Amino acid sequence: MSDTQILPAAMNAVARPARRSEWRSAYFGTPGNAFVTLVCGALILLLAKLALGWLFLNAVFDGGADACKQSTGACWPFLADKLRYMLFGFYPFEEQWRPLAALCLFLGGCCVSMIPRVWGRGLLIAWAIVILPVLYVLMAGGVFGLTEVPTSKWGGLPLSFMLSFVGLAFALPLGIGLALARASHLPAIRVLGVGLIELVRGVPLISILFMAAVMLPLFMPDGVTIDKLLRAQVAIILFAAAYIAEIVRGGLQDVPSGQFEAGRALGLHYWQVMSKIVLPQALKKVIPALVGLFIAFFQDTTLVTIIGLLDFLDTVRTALRDPDWQGIAVLEGYVFAAAVYFVFSALMGGYSRFLERHFNTSHR
Amino acid sequence: MLFLNDTRFRAVFYQFIAISLVLLAAWAMYATASANLAKQDIATGFDFLSRQAGIAISESSIAYGPTDTVARAILVGLINTIKVSFLAALFGTIIGVLVGIGRMSTNPLLSRLMLAYVEVLRNVPLLLYLFLWYFLIILVFPPVRQAIQLFPGFFLSNSGLAMPALEWQSGFCLTLAALVLGIAAALVVRAVSQRRRIQSGKANAGWIAALVLLVLPVLAVWASGAVSLSWSAPEAGRFRLTGGLQIRPEFVALLVGLMLNLSASVAEIVRAGIQAVSKGQWEAAQALGLPRSRTLRLVVLPQALRVIIPPLTNTYLTVFKNSSLAIAIGYPDLVMVSNTIMNQTGQAMETITIFMGIYLGLSVAISLFMNWYNARVALKAR
Repeated sequence: MSDTQILPAAMNAVARPARRSEWRSAYFGTPGNAFVTLVCGALILLLAKLALGWLFLNAVFDGGADACKQSTGACWPFLADKLRYMLFGFYPFEEQWRPLAALCLFLGGCCVSMIPRVWGRGLLIAWAIVILPVLYVLMAGGVFGLTEVPTSKWGGLPLSFMLSFVGLAFALPLGIGLALARASHLPAIRVLGVGLIELVRGVPLISILFMAAVMLPLFMPDGVTIDKLLRAQVAIILFAAAYIAEIVRGGLQDVPSGQFEAGRALGLHYWQVMSKIVLPQALKKVIPALVGLFIAFFQDTTLVTIIGLLDFLDTVRTALRDPDWQGIAVLEGYVFAAAVYFVFSALMGGYSRFLERHFNTSHR
Repeated sequence: MLFLNDTRFRAVFYQFIAISLVLLAAWAMYATASANLAKQDIATGFDFLSRQAGIAISESSIAYGPTDTVARAILVGLINTIKVSFLAALFGTIIGVLVGIGRMSTNPLLSRLMLAYVEVLRNVPLLLYLFLWYFLIILVFPPVRQAIQLFPGFFLSNSGLAMPALEWQSGFCLTLAALVLGIAAALVVRAVSQRRRIQSGKANAGWIAALVLLVLPVLAVWASGAVSLSWSAPEAGRFRLTGGLQIRPEFVALLVGLMLNLSASVAEIVRAGIQAVSKGQWEAAQALGLPRSRTLRLVVLPQALRVIIPPLTNTYLTVFKNSSLAIAIGYPDLVMVSNTIMNQTGQAMETITIFMGIYLGLSVAISLFMNWYNARVALKAR
C-alpha cells in the first residue's frame, strides 16, 4: 500500500523535468530544429488566420447574393439556399424526405455493419433482403403510394453513395472470382482472368465509363435500352472488380499452399476448400486494403459527372451556375463539397486503421 | 457419369466451356454491333484516321492545324498526355519525397503539418481539386486586356502565362543528336571513373571530364553555325495574346492537380519505405559519426528504395491514367481529342479502341521499365 502511494509521486518528480526537456529538444533541440518550428508555427498561424477570416470574420451570414458580392469572406446564405439542391439534385422537391430517409438508413446501416462483432451471414441477409430493397423503394417509389421517380431525376449525395457502395457490393464477389481465376491451375481460365484484370487495370476509369455510355448501346439488340445510370454502375463494378481481384490475389498468395493441400487431402472439393479454408484466411488479411480501395472508389465516382450523371460534385457545380448566384459563391461550393468528401473519406480511413489494429492483435 | 469424376477430363471440360462462352459472347456482340452500325449508317474501319481532322487544338507541341489528319490530331493529344503526366510525375515525386521525409521528422510540428498535407490531398477527389485549381487561376489573375507585365514580354493573365520563346529556324535535330551523344559519352566516362575510384580508393577528376564531354558536342554544333534561332515575343491582341510560348491555365491546373495528388501518395510510400529500414541501420550510421541528414541520404534511402519501387510504379501508372481527367477542364489530352473526333465522325468504337489500346500499351511499357529498374536496385542474392 505504501509503495503504491510513494511510487506515483516519485515518478512524477522524475518524469516531469524529463518531459519538459523532451518537449524542448523536440521543438528547439538544435538551431535547425528551432528554425523549422518557427517556420511551421508561422505557417500554421497564417493558415488559421486566413481560414478564420474567410469562414467567420469576413463572412456574410444573412442577406442575399448582393451582400455576398460585396464581401471578401464566405457566403453562408448560398449554402443555406442551395443545400437541398446540392444534396438531392433534381429529385422532386416535396419528395426529398425520401432520399434523406434513404441516406440516413444507409449511413445507419453502415455504422452498425462497421462493428466486427456483428459480421456474419445474418448481416449479409439483412442487407440483401431488408435494407437494399427498402432503399430502392424509397428512391424509386411506384409502390405503397409513393410517387414514381425515374432514375434520371436521381442525384446528389445519395447517387454518389449508391454508385460506390452498390458498385463495391457487386464488385467484391466478381473480384474474388477473378482472383480465383487468376490463381487457377487451368491455363485457359487463368489466361482469361489475367487478360480481363490487366485490360481493365491498364486503362483509365474514364475510358470505361465512355465505353459504357457510348459503346454499350451498340452491343444491345434492337429495342433493348439500358438505363444510363445502370450502365455507369456496371462500368464501375467492372473497374472495381479488377482492382479487388489484385488485392485478393495478394491475400491468396499469403495463405501457405499447405492449407489448400491439407483441405484437398481431407477429401474436400475445390470450392469447399476455397470457401471454408483459403478465402477466410486470405480475405481477413486484405480487409484494411479493401477499405482503402473503397475510399478511392468513393472519390472516383465523381468521374461520372464527365458522362453527364448528376452525382454530388455535379449538383454542387450546377448550383454554382445558378443565375442568382453565378460567380459569387464558387469557392464556397467547392469547399463545401471538399469538406463532405473529406469527412466521409477520413472516417473510412480511420476505420481502416482501426481494422488493421483489430486484426493485428487477434493474431497474437 | 464415370468420366465426369475424372479430374483430368473435368479440367479440359471446364476450360472448353469457359472459352466457348467467351467466344459466343464476343460473336454475339460483334453481330449485334455490326447490324446496329449498318442500320444507323455509320462507317466502320480505320479509314477515318487519314482524313482531315477539321478540329482546332488549343495546345500542341508539334506543328498542327485543322487541315491535318485525324491520326496527327490523336498524336498531338498523346504528346500532351505524356507531357503533363511526365512533368507531374517528376515534380510530384520531388515534393512527395520531401513531404515523406518531413513526416518522419523528430519535430512534431513539422510531422503533423505534413500529415495534414497528405490527408487533405488524399481525402478529397482529384476531380474536385482540378475544378478548384482551375477556378482559382481564373479568379486570381486578371483578364487578358489587363494582363500583368512581369518583365518586358512576360504577360500573366487568366488565359495563362505568355513569354518570349526561342524558335528554331534550323539545326534542331543536329543539336538534339549532339546532346544525346554528349550524354552518352558523359555516362561512359562516369562509369569508368567510378570503377577506377572503387579499385584505387582515390578520388579522380572523372566528373570534370564527364561534364566537359556533356557540353562539348552541343557547343561544337553551335560554333559551326549550323543553328539559327529567332525570338518570338507574345503580342497583345484585343482578346488574346498571340505568339511566344504560352502556358495555359488548363495545363497548369491539371499539372498542379496531378502533381499534388501524386506527391501525397509518394509521401506515404516513402514514409513506409523509410520505416521498413531497420533501426539498427540508423544506429550503426550514427555510431560511425554520420549526421542525420547524411545517414538518411547515404544509408537509409538507398535501402528504402527497394521497398518503395513497386508501389511507386503503381502511382506512376495512376498519374498517367488520371491525366485523362483533363477532359473535365478542357485540356486537350488523348481522351479529349479522341472524344472530339468521336463526336465528329461518329466512329465511337474505333476511337475508343484506339485510345484504350494506347493507354494499355503505355501502361505495360511503364510497368516493364519500372520492373527493370526494380530488378536493378533489388537485393542481389549471392
